[in-house]
This record gives sequence, structure tokens and C-alpha cells, in this order.
Amino acid sequence: MSKAEVAKHHREPLIHIVKRDDMVWWRAWLIRVAAIAIAILLIGVISVLLTGKDFFSIFETMFRGVFGRPGKSSSRMLWYFLQKTAVLLGLSLAVTPAFKMKFWNCGAEGQALMGGLASMICMIELGDKLPYPALILVILVSSIVAGALWGLVPAIFKAQYNTNETLFTLMMNYIATQIIKYYLYIEGGGTNKINPVKEGNLPQIFGQEYALNVIIVLVLVLAMYIYLNYSKQGYEINVVGESQNTARYIGINVKKVIIRTMIISGAVCGIMGMILVAGTDHSIDTNTVGGQGFTAIMVSWLGQFNPFIMIFMSALVVFLNTGYAKVADSCGLDSAFSDIAVGLVIFFVVGCEFFIRYSVRFRHSRKEAQV
Amino acid sequence: MIIQMITRAILIGVPMLYGAVGEIVTEKSGHLNLGIPGIMYVGAIGGVSGAFLYERACGNVIENMNPFLAVFIPLLCSIIGSVIMGLIYSFLTVTLRANQNVTGLALTTFGIGLGNFFGASLIKIVDSEVPTVAVNDTSDIFCSTLPFADNLGWFGELFLSYDFLTYLSVIIAVITSYVLSQTRVGLNLRAVGESPATADAAGINVTKYKYLATCIGSAIAGLGGLQYVMSYADGGWSNDAFGDRGWMAIALVIFALWKPHMAIAGAFLFGALCNANNYINGLGTETQELFKMLPYIVTVIVLVITSMRKKREHQPPAHLGLAYFREER
Repeated sequence: MSKAEVAKHHREPLIHIVKRDDMVWWRAWLIRVAAIAIAILLIGVISVLLTGKDFFSIFETMFRGVFGRPGKSSSRMLWYFLQKTAVLLGLSLAVTPAFKMKFWNCGAEGQALMGGLASMICMIELGDKLPYPALILVILVSSIVAGALWGLVPAIFKAQYNTNETLFTLMMNYIATQIIKYYLYIEGGGTNKINPVKEGNLPQIFGQEYALNVIIVLVLVLAMYIYLNYSKQGYEINVVGESQNTARYIGINVKKVIIRTMIISGAVCGIMGMILVAGTDHSIDTNTVGGQGFTAIMVSWLGQFNPFIMIFMSALVVFLNTGYAKVADSCGLDSAFSDIAVGLVIFFVVGCEFFIRYSVRFRHSRKEAQV
Repeated sequence: MIIQMITRAILIGVPMLYGAVGEIVTEKSGHLNLGIPGIMYVGAIGGVSGAFLYERACGNVIENMNPFLAVFIPLLCSIIGSVIMGLIYSFLTVTLRANQNVTGLALTTFGIGLGNFFGASLIKIVDSEVPTVAVNDTSDIFCSTLPFADNLGWFGELFLSYDFLTYLSVIIAVITSYVLSQTRVGLNLRAVGESPATADAAGINVTKYKYLATCIGSAIAGLGGLQYVMSYADGGWSNDAFGDRGWMAIALVIFALWKPHMAIAGAFLFGALCNANNYINGLGTETQELFKMLPYIVTVIVLVITSMRKKREHQPPAHLGLAYFREER
């Protein structure tokens, strides 16, 4: 090795990172699926170490915990699983248009809570005054309006003054939570809870309690896909997200797009609030949404802003969450174990994007390539 | 009464101050760490676990405990826990250039999960009837004050009645403020956050600064969790008790306009607001719930006002939230 070569070696770093051209979609997905698989295996190993059970029985407990044993209970558990997935999916759909615009809507929780509160108030106050179809319509409209309003407030300030939307929407969550607490107190009369209300529940179809919820969310998936990919407004969202300057240059009214998109985002959250209150719990408390607004942000991002991929991602997250909660329960561990598991999976998926966008070259391999 | 109100406000404000100072250090390197709430949980549970194990090793008798070790072990465990969290975050966002918002939120989920998981495990070990684990002896040592503080009347209560972590928070905030604005290290760090490409060209090791800022910031934030458990909660840990203080800390960063010394006043003001509902006479329970909105509403108003004024020195670091890749144009 000549002196010059040695000197060059000293200057050249061992690892060299190069930006890739666009990767073929199936290879990108192979990497993502591999990352998820590694994460799940890792969590499996951790649970083996913590519980001392063997590896496969843990996965069996997970499946049984989510889908039940074959037979009577399994259909009920399946619907429960579908319902939870639908709620998470709906919230993820809600935050997606805002994200595509690079508006970090961390307020899905509060927007859904306000939508739910609107449903609750309608159910209690108007439950015996209106005919059923009119009541459902009023519930739908009022929860959409409530959710949209809660999303509109931060959007106006973002559009007008570029106020930090992450924290604004976050604070709106807590304000919504306090309003719910206040409402629970005056309506619940000191017990701080509202017993399930019979009036104004969403209709059951196919004899299944949750079927309508799932159908509504599937319709939303389709509508959101078309809206984002095949409408002029979806295109405008895309441009604003890529570069506000470009958007202004080609004559898009950026303020209008921000406000309009957040109204849509909030409105979908409001619908999810209605599904949670009128379609599921028939009651409300501060934990009705249960922090899923944050999980939805991650699902939306994991799904690459594509509503159809989000179906699988939300199903995966719900599966992991429910499954590991069952594993933890059966081994006497705390259910918070499922939060750790979901966090780990997301770390892996977020981290694996690096290998899709960049390639790592070592000093030696590059030299060989030159030869 | 007024003195009690102020001391209470300070006690509530200190964890937020730690969180805010830690987040400021991190944000100055251009990284928006939304994992701070999770990191504070880990800092808290780390301290509790350390204290718990040491108390057990001493047979749960306060006379056997060495005061230095009783403080040092929880402190060390707390810092180790939060630095590991900081390392996870910086590996993902600095080295792997992952999306900072998503990573941060995942870190918060993960951290709160860790806190509650270990908390529940400790609770299971002690097998108590209420779902809490208490390290009261360690808490007493953490909160020991100067022996003559009680004799000084209101002066003693107002200035000398706190645990040492409270004083440390103010000291750290002042030192951070000095380092950021007056030293070369601070200048380099700010350069990394404003324009990493320029900093890189000037020969500053951008990756090193980002890693160090995130990890030191996490360690500082984790102390906030420790202070909450040891002082505010008198050594008692129960799951989810820490609540939303981490998010308030991140909001406080904007309130303080990215200046740690401003965060001191901001944190105590937030503490007073969080506690205001207890000091207004004649409130029913339902109106109290409405008054608990106060800190959030004030945060929103502050956010709006600071964004309306658009002063150049009041802006976040220019490269906040963006990954840096040297070969990108």
C-alpha cells in the first residue's frame, strides 16, 4: 500500500451513506415487513425472558387473546377486534390529510372527544323529543360540527400567524378533557359518570352491534383515498405539504387549504367521536378515546398516508396491543407491557425507513467496486 | 397563605422546568423531542427503582441508610434511564434520520409504558393494598432542608424549604442559559440547530453535538420526573400519576422563547395556574374542573401571542424538526 493510499484511508470514513434512488416498491415493503418481524421476534424473546414461558405459547396466547378459541366466543371477539381496529383506523384517516400538508394534528383525541360530547348531549337532551331518524341525523351533524370546530381553531391561527400547531392541538386535547370532566360532573350528579343512554344509539345491522361502525369507517377509507389521490383539493394538500412557496407560486390559497383541510380532519374525528359514543359506549368519559389520537398519528405515518395500507397497520397495532395485554395478563405482568411492545415495533419501522432511503457502503466494499 | 401558595406553585413548577430546560437544549440542536413526557416517566421510575432497591438492601430502616448513597443511587438510576431513552431517540433521528415527530410520540408511548410496567412490577413486589409503591425514607432524605430553615419564619419557608432538586433545577436553568448564550460550545450548538450545513462546513461535528444535546437534554428532563416523585409525591409512585406535565414542559419551551432563564419564571407561573383552582374561594367542584383548564388556555394564548409578534430572536431554531444529511443540497 503506498503512502498516498494510506493517507487516503485515514481521511475516508469507514462507513459512507449514500442516498438511494427510489427503491422498487416490493423491496421497500420487504424491508418494512422484515423490520416488523424482527421487532415482534424481539418482543417475543423479551416476554420469554420475563415470563419463562416458551416462545410459541406466547404467540398462541396472543392469537387466542385477540381472536378467541374456535367456537362461540370467537365471533364476538372478532367483532371486538374489528371495532377497535375501525376506531383506530378512522382516527388515522382523520389526521392523514393534515399530515400530508405537514400540519401535525396531535389533537385527534380532543376533536373526537368533542364530537363524542356533542353526540352525548344530543342523546340525553333530545333522545325522547325527536323521532329516531331525525335524532340520528342531528347526532351526526352536531358531532361533525363539534369536531370540525375543535380542529378549526388551531388551523385559523396556523394559517394566519403560523402558530405552532403541534402544541396548540395538544392543549386543545386537555381543554376538551376538562370540558368532559365538567360535563360529567353536572350530568352525572357527583358520581362523575353517565350510565349508558338507550336513546339515539346507532342502529344495529346484521344483528351485530359494531357492524355499522366498521362499515362507516370502510366508507371513510374509500372516500379519503379518492379525496387525497383523485381530487383537486387532495392535489392542493399535496403541493402545500411539499412546499408552501411552490403552492403560492402556482396560485393556491395556502391559508384556505390549511383551514379547509383541518375542518375535514376535525370532522372525521367528530364522526369517530360519534361512533365511540353513539355506536359503542352509549356513554362518555375522559378515557373514551383513550390516547388513540397519538397512536393514530403513528399509524397514519406507518401507512405512508395510504388509507388502504392503514387498514393493515391499524389492525397490526390493535392486534399487538390486545395480544400483548393478554400475554401480560396471563403471566401476571402489567398491561403496560403492550405499550412497550407497540413502542418497540414503531421504533423498528421508523428506523427501517433509513435503509429504504439510504444505502450504507463500507470503505472496503467501495474499493472492490472500483476494481 | 400567600407564602404557601407560592411554595406550592414552585413545587408543581419544578418538574416542568426540568422538562423545559431539557427540551430547550435538545431543540437548540435542531431536534424536536416529543418523547420528553416518556423520558420524564422513565427518569421517575428509574429513581424510584434505585431508591426501592437501596431501601431494601438497608432492610427498610432509615438509620442504616447512608444519606449520600440514598441520594446518589436514585439520581444515577434516573439519569441512566433517561440517557438510554435519549440515545434511542438520537440513534433513530440523528443516525437513521427518522421522522422526529413520529419517533418522539413512539418514545412517549414507550416511556410511559416502561414507567407503568416497572411501577406495577414494584407494586406487585411490595404487595400492598393500594396500587402505589412508596420510598418515603429516600424521599425524606431528598427533602431534608437546612437545620435552621424552620426558625426563619416566612423567609425560611419561602426560600429554604425545598428539596435540593428544586434548587438544582434553577441552577441548571441558569447554567444552561449561560452556556447557550455566552460560550463557544453554546454558539456551536446553536449553529447546529440553525444551519447544520454551515456548522458542518465550519468544522463542527454536527452528529456529536446532536447526540450530546439530546442525551444531556434527556438527562435533565428525567430529573424532573425524579423531583416529582421524591418531593411532590413524597416518594410515592402510582401509575399514570405524573400525568401531562411532560407536554406542559414542551409548551413551556415556546412560552420561554427557547431561553432557559425565562423558563424559570414560566414554570413557576404554570405551577401557580395549575394550582389556582384551590385558592379561589367559593368554587364548586364543577367550576374547579373548568378552572383546571387555565394553564392550557394560557399556553394557547402565549403560543398565539408569540407567533403574532414574529420577532426574529423569538423564533425556534431554523432547522428544528429536519434531519441533516450532508450530501443533500
